[in-house]
Amino acid sequence: MKKTFEKIYLTLIFIFMYAPIAALIVLSFNASKSRAKWGGFTLEWYANLLSDSEVLDALINTLVIAFIATIFATLIGTVTCIAMMGLKRRSRAIIMGITNIPMINADIVTGISLMLLFRIMNVSTGFLTVVLAHITFNIPFVMLSVMPRMKELNPSVYEAALDLGATPYTAFTKTVLPDLLPAIISGALMAFTMSLDDFIITYFTKGSGFDTLSTLIYNEVKRGIQPEIYALSAIIFTVVLLLLLFINRVPHKLSIPHK
Amino acid sequence: MLKSAKTSRLLASPYLAWAFIFILVPLGMILYYGLTDDAGAFTLQNITYIAKPAYFKSLLLALELGVISTVICFLLAYPLGMILAGMKLGRHEFILTLFILPMWMNFLLRTLTWMTLLERKGVLNDILGLLHLPPVYIINTPAAIVIGMVYNFLPFMILPIYNSLSKIDDNVINAARDLGADPLQTFLRVTLPLSVPGIISGITMVFIPALTTFAISAMLGGSKVLLIGNVIEQEFTVAYDWHLGSGMSIILMLFILINMVISSVSDRKEAG
Repeated sequence: MKKTFEKIYLTLIFIFMYAPIAALIVLSFNASKSRAKWGGFTLEWYANLLSDSEVLDALINTLVIAFIATIFATLIGTVTCIAMMGLKRRSRAIIMGITNIPMINADIVTGISLMLLFRIMNVSTGFLTVVLAHITFNIPFVMLSVMPRMKELNPSVYEAALDLGATPYTAFTKTVLPDLLPAIISGALMAFTMSLDDFIITYFTKGSGFDTLSTLIYNEVKRGIQPEIYALSAIIFTVVLLLLLFINRVPHKLSIPHK
Repeated sequence: MLKSAKTSRLLASPYLAWAFIFILVPLGMILYYGLTDDAGAFTLQNITYIAKPAYFKSLLLALELGVISTVICFLLAYPLGMILAGMKLGRHEFILTLFILPMWMNFLLRTLTWMTLLERKGVLNDILGLLHLPPVYIINTPAAIVIGMVYNFLPFMILPIYNSLSKIDDNVINAARDLGADPLQTFLRVTLPLSVPGIISGITMVFIPALTTFAISAMLGGSKVLLIGNVIEQEFTVAYDWHLGSGMSIILMLFILINMVISSVSDRKEAG
C-alpha cells in the first residue's frame, strides 16, 4: 500500500517535470506552425535551425564563453585555494566572505553591478565583458569545491617529498595536485554548467548585437515563438540527457550546484 | 604547505585584485548610485521611492509569489526527498538524476515550455478541448508565474532536502521507534528536525531567485504583471535611471540580507 502510494507520487512529479519537455519535442516535429494543430511530421524546423547563422553564432558564443570562463576561473580559483593555506585564519575568512558574495547575491544585482562597472569604465560591452562577468561568478564555484578538499590534505606528504629531494614543483604535481584533481574537475564542471545556463548576468553585460543562446531565446520569445526554437530545445535536451547518462556511468560523482 | 607567507600572498593577489574590481567595486557603485541623485548629492529618495504604490505593489507581489512558490516547492519536494532517501542504494541515484535533469536544460527553454502549454490556444487547452472540458486562461496571470517558478526551481528544493534526509542515521529512527514513538511522532520529533538544514538551504535556493526574477514574469506574466525584478530591469534597460534602479536593487539586497540572517540563526540553533 505504502509502496504503491510512493510510486504514484513519484510518477506524478515525473509527469510534471517531463510532460512539458515532451510537448516541446512533439511540437518540434509538427509541420503546422500553429501550436494547436498537428499538421504532420516534418524535419523542416531542424533544417532551418542548422542553416540559421544567428542561432549557430549564439551557440558558438555560448560554448566559447563557457570554455574560456571555466579555464580562467579554475586556474584562479585553484591557485587562490592553495595560497589560502599559507594565510592567517582571519585573512582566509575575509577572502571566503568576499567569495560568497556572488553566490548569495541575486543574479540581477550582480548583473547590474557589473553593467555599471563596464559603463563607467567605458569598456564597450560584448564578448569580453560577458567573459569577465562569467569568470567572476564562476570562481566561487571552483573555490567552494576545491577548498574543503584542500583542508583535508595532509601537508606532511608534501613535506616528505621535499625531504626526499623533490623540487617544490615536482612535490606539488606529484603529491598535492593528484589529491585535488577530483575537486578541481567537479568545480570546473559546475562552473561550465553555470556558464552555459546563465541568462541574467549575460543579459546585463552583453550590450546590443551580441547574443548567447539564452539571450537569443529571450529576444525570440518577445517576437513570438518560432518552431525552430522547439527544435533547438529538443536538441539541447537530448544532448543534456546523453551527457548525464554518460557521466552517471563514469564512477565520478558530479557535485550539485549550490545555487 | 607554503612555508612563506610572502608566496601565499603573492599567489592570492590575482584573485584579490579580481574580487576587488569585479565584486566589491561594482557593489560600491550600486550603493553610490542608489544613495545619490543626478547631481551626485546624497539622497534617500531612490530608496523611499519604493513606497510609491506602483513600486510597492511590485515588491509585495514578488514577495507573495516568491513565498507561494517556495511553499509549493517545499510541499512537493519533501515527500519526494523522503521516498528517494528511503530507497535502496544504487537505484535512488539514478532516479534522483532523473528528477534534477531538467535543471541542466536551459533556464529560458524551461520557462518557454510553459508559455507553449498555457497559451490561450496552447497545448493544455487543446487537451482540455479534446476531453470536452472548458479551457483555462492562466497565461499572463500571477498563477502562470507561480507555475513557472515552481517548475524552474523545484530541483533546487529537492536536492538539499534529499541530501539532509539521506544523511539521517537509520539507527536514530529505529531508536525512536524502540522507545515507543509512533511513525508520526518519529517524523515530527526526529526526521523533520534533523532535516532542517536542508530545508533552510532549499528555501534560500528557491526564494531568492523567485523573489528577484524578471524573465519568468516577463515570459509568463505578459506585460501586465510586474515584479520588483521587472521594475529594476526596466529602470536600467528602458528608463535608463541608474539611480532609481540602484535604489531598488539596494532594497532587494536588504531582503537577501534578512534571509541570510534568518538562515544563519537557525543554522546555529541546529548546531547548538
